[in-house]
Amino acid sequence: MAEAKNGIKNLLEFEKPLVPIFKKIEELKAVSAHGMDMTEEIKMLQKRIETLRREIFQNLSPIQIVQLARHILRPTTLDYINMMVEDFVELRGDRNYGDDPALVGGVGRLNGKPVLVIGHQKGHTTKELLARNFGMANPEGYRKALRLMRVAQRANRPIISLVDTPGAYPGIGAEERGQSEAIAKNLREMAALTVPFVTVITGEGGSGGALGIGMGNRVLMLQYSIYSVISPEGCASILFRDATRAPEAATASKITAKDLLEFDVIDEIIKEPVGGAHNDPSASAQNIQVSVTKHIEELSKLSPRELIADRYRKYRKMGIFIES
Amino acid sequence: MAKISIHEWFTRKKKAKAETEAVSARLDIPGNLWIKCYKCSATLFIKDLEANLKVCPKCNYHFKLSSAERIKLLCDEGTFKELNAEIRSTDFLGFSDSQPYQKRIEDSMLKSNLMEAVITGEGQVSSIPVALGVMDFSFMGGSMGSVVGEKITRIAEHGMEHKLPVIVVTASGGARMQEGIMSLMQMAKTSAALQRLREFGLPYIVILTDPTTGGTTASFAMLGDIHIAEPGALIGFAGPRVIEQTIRQKLPVGFQRSEFLESHGMVDVIVNRKDLKSTLTKILRFYKD
Ligand SMILES: [Zn+2]
Repeated sequence: MAEAKNGIKNLLEFEKPLVPIFKKIEELKAVSAHGMDMTEEIKMLQKRIETLRREIFQNLSPIQIVQLARHILRPTTLDYINMMVEDFVELRGDRNYGDDPALVGGVGRLNGKPVLVIGHQKGHTTKELLARNFGMANPEGYRKALRLMRVAQRANRPIISLVDTPGAYPGIGAEERGQSEAIAKNLREMAALTVPFVTVITGEGGSGGALGIGMGNRVLMLQYSIYSVISPEGCASILFRDATRAPEAATASKITAKDLLEFDVIDEIIKEPVGGAHNDPSASAQNIQVSVTKHIEELSKLSPRELIADRYRKYRKMGIFIES
Repeated sequence: MAKISIHEWFTRKKKAKAETEAVSARLDIPGNLWIKCYKCSATLFIKDLEANLKVCPKCNYHFKLSSAERIKLLCDEGTFKELNAEIRSTDFLGFSDSQPYQKRIEDSMLKSNLMEAVITGEGQVSSIPVALGVMDFSFMGGSMGSVVGEKITRIAEHGMEHKLPVIVVTASGGARMQEGIMSLMQMAKTSAALQRLREFGLPYIVILTDPTTGGTTASFAMLGDIHIAEPGALIGFAGPRVIEQTIRQKLPVGFQRSEFLESHGMVDVIVNRKDLKSTLTKILRFYKD
């Protein structure tokens, strides 16, 4: 992941104005290999990249944010755990059917204090993505998550969930084993958790598959993550009868962190480094850590009863309608 | 998930629309006395079909019921009192596809003669008072937006307030996309309310009817103490077409039907429509006296 930092290879379409500068830097590097000192020139060009990047990122459209949220290099749950959580021990299995590699969890310490972390797991290569089913969990993934949340509850430790999934997996086995029941039960049981619970949408918040581990007392979103009831492509192909109208659907459905903060669906936006989380994963992890720590500390002042009441208040008021 | 269910919802909605139109064309126009069963193609005398609770006497195919018909089927005559009838949907996103959401709402009201995709209220089943919610597929495919979520939540709260068992009859294609994230949040809201009901020690009974999919299934439809299903109902998380597209193979016969769910442990009992009220009564009596 780190070697791809500032790389030219994985630039998104809207970052293409950076390409000539990257090329120029490569040329200069080749020249300096022959003994000429180009350090100053290279430094200047790198500064230019920074400035230009800042400019580009100042005005991203929703569909561009979607692309960032799905970026192949975007830090995954296990990347963040490695950067944030000390003494992490991954815990596997739902004690019923199996273990789901698309949804991971375990115990460790955040700032020296015990926490339980669960999250959807994607990957940075096709091989990794296939092994993780692209972060699309099966029922056993949701059941493992619930089992682990109860482990945290019995130990009276806070729970952090990291959400990054296109959605729960739509497959034959998933239906046979009760995908709906697994998610529904998680929703009901998350409402009853007696410990502080913070959710961070780190990438794709894909519908019920995201919500299935996402009912925190606080829900935070990374600046370039998305959270939606349906993917822009799905929305476009169904409602607009044309999948190529995804950019329009992305805008209309209000799926960015900024939109969701306005609707009070989330509590806070966590800033990302210029160029997105993958451009500086450790800075992104640092930002998440600071924000999550703050919220856990606030929530830790509440009693178990108050935590349940706090969560209930949050979700009870969801909905916009007219009542005459 | 909703990608799936809603996708499927639309296909089915189209089908259902054709179905409804066909039914009304055949059922409502005087002089049209016959209808062909959608499943076995038997030609049925409409009066017979209606006398048989809209169940095909030849193949047991259960035609869809409207919420009014369902209430008449389940509640003792004259006992149902609607609650929260005046909550309306509104186009808070300014969402427009082939037509603005606001217009879609108004058209649905006119076409279905309903205010929303669920009717809730208090009634009696064999003299046992219950809090009841009945979804109606003819209003925007029974999709769950803010109003459906709110009415389901309030009927659960009404049950708690008056110590009544809560019964919900589901018929829904899933979340209502035109309300964006707010439709997803209804899953959280209804499930949290049902958690409270559970802590209250009150029974929650779900009657699953054709079809129940997507966000509705993945929240209040699968949280019952008891799950009753009508025969042959499509019940699932993802719609069949989306699953087919994902796994690129044909789905087995009977996949995601009531009988499939029963054999996989997700449904307690499949009940023919003619026995629905009596079975429900037996279950309610288990809880009461
Ligand atoms: Zn028939």
